[in-house]
Amino acid sequence: MYPAAFEVTKARTLDEALAKLADLGDDGRVLAGGQSLIPMMKLRVAAPTHLVDINEIPDLDGIKQVNGHMSVGALARHADVVRADVANHTVAAAAPWVADPVVRNRGTMCGSIAHCDPEGDWNSVMLAVRAQVVATSSSGERVIPIDEFVKDFFTNSLQEGEMVTEVRVPNYAGAGGGDYLKLERKIGDYATVAVAIHLDLAGDGTIAQAGVALTAVNHVNTRASDAEAILVGNAPSEELFAAAADAAAAAADPVSDIRGPAEYKRDVVRVFTRRGLASALAKAQD
Amino acid sequence: MEVNVTINGAARTAEVEARTLLVDFIRTNLSLTGTHIGCDTTSCGVCTVLLDGTPVKSCTMFAFQADGHEIQTVEGLKNGELHPIQAAFKEEHGLQCGFCTPGMMLVGKALLEENLNPTDDEVRWAISGNLCRCTGYMNIVKAIQTAGAELSAAESGATA
Ligand SMILES: Cc1cc2nc3c(=O)[nH]c(=O)nc-3n(C[C@H](O)[C@H](O)[C@H](O)COP(=O)(O)OP(=O)(O)OC[C@H]3O[C@@H](n4cnc5c(N)ncnc54)[C@H](O)[C@@H]3O)c2cc1C
Ligand code: FES
Ligand code: FES
Repeated sequence: MYPAAFEVTKARTLDEALAKLADLGDDGRVLAGGQSLIPMMKLRVAAPTHLVDINEIPDLDGIKQVNGHMSVGALARHADVVRADVANHTVAAAAPWVADPVVRNRGTMCGSIAHCDPEGDWNSVMLAVRAQVVATSSSGERVIPIDEFVKDFFTNSLQEGEMVTEVRVPNYAGAGGGDYLKLERKIGDYATVAVAIHLDLAGDGTIAQAGVALTAVNHVNTRASDAEAILVGNAPSEELFAAAADAAAAAADPVSDIRGPAEYKRDVVRVFTRRGLASALAKAQD
Repeated sequence: MEVNVTINGAARTAEVEARTLLVDFIRTNLSLTGTHIGCDTTSCGVCTVLLDGTPVKSCTMFAFQADGHEIQTVEGLKNGELHPIQAAFKEEHGLQCGFCTPGMMLVGKALLEENLNPTDDEVRWAISGNLCRCTGYMNIVKAIQTAGAELSAAESGATA
């Protein structure tokens, strides 16, 4: 399998990459870890005419704490996230579930977020924790809430000439906890179903902020808003979590395929949401 | 375009198209056929090489991306005598047909650089991006652990 021929710019600085992207407009395509783009090019599902390789740009690989959030740079690989000391429980729980160890050495978190594959894990995590995506172009920076960034099936809301330079995961305001539960057939497989859970507790123990987001059960990663609304403002309890789990299952519209029937997948959403809320609460109270 | 790499310690250069995959650059342009092609879809790991010491699937990287970098393939393991990981695969019967073995040994070597005494679970985790159709993995796990023991004995011998 071979990709169609293309031109390439191996950018040495961020400015060089942004200038080239501005110049190319619709014809330019960022090459990050290549772990989704290269397979797609080999299958000729994608045939970009000009790749802008960002891998040689220095200082884009940081994972650091700044101003109340964790900042993850465009060249932080999945494996870097696995190794990092990550305070956010949802991010930490999801990282080892993304792809396999060798793929994780190349693939990037930002690339995965930009890719908007509904079977991808990171966008559910980012929806649950209410992350922000930093889009940079030669004319400046935009900070985009994840709900606006994830637009549709394999579609993000970047404009021509923009690339993702960073994703920001907010720190917990109070006692926080989270989890990521994923059902997969084998390591390296995409999710049959996965659920991202985020809880941030108020001083009195009630739920100040809740995040519930679903992988591989809709045409795009989905926030289960009804489930979140059930949780927020209330004291955690088994009954509350069961009600939220039912609402999360109702937000799933899976298809029956090789990984399982729709009915089964919807029930996994219910069970995972309930279990994830319980473990997120335990972590928040720890 | 011209691609310059250091492969198994030697500087090599070849002229390739931008779309040339790293695995084909290694096998065809550099005539090092120890690196295999299996699935061609990033799933099996038989094409694994070490890029600046880190395992990557060379069927899912372009040759131009390796320009200026260091690559190690299975051919680079032997240094006069077998590398301890090769000796251990032989000793523990860690291979049958041998097709997955170059990738398994390189992933094993990278693991041992971080941890000379990995548990079964840690080895299984590290090799989980590499498939073997023959062995059932038991002896691959043992081989990597045996190599770790060998390397740590050599290390403590060297410091003693
Ligand atoms: C065998 C295998 C198993 C996998 N399993 C999983 C899994 O279980 N879960 C999962 O979530 N993913 C999985 N993946 C996908 C993997 O996580 C990819 O790394 C990820 O989807 C894309 O990140 P990348 O850095 O490799 O991006 P690339 O492949 O380089 O790019 C993907 C797309 O995003 C765009 N892009 C990349 N970076 C940027 C940027 N900074 N700004 C703007 N656009 C950008 C590219 O132009 C391209 O369109 C798997 C991949 C493989 C090969
Ligand atoms: S040939 Fe590269 S992963 Fe299978
Ligand atoms: S020994 Fe045959 S595939 Fe592993």
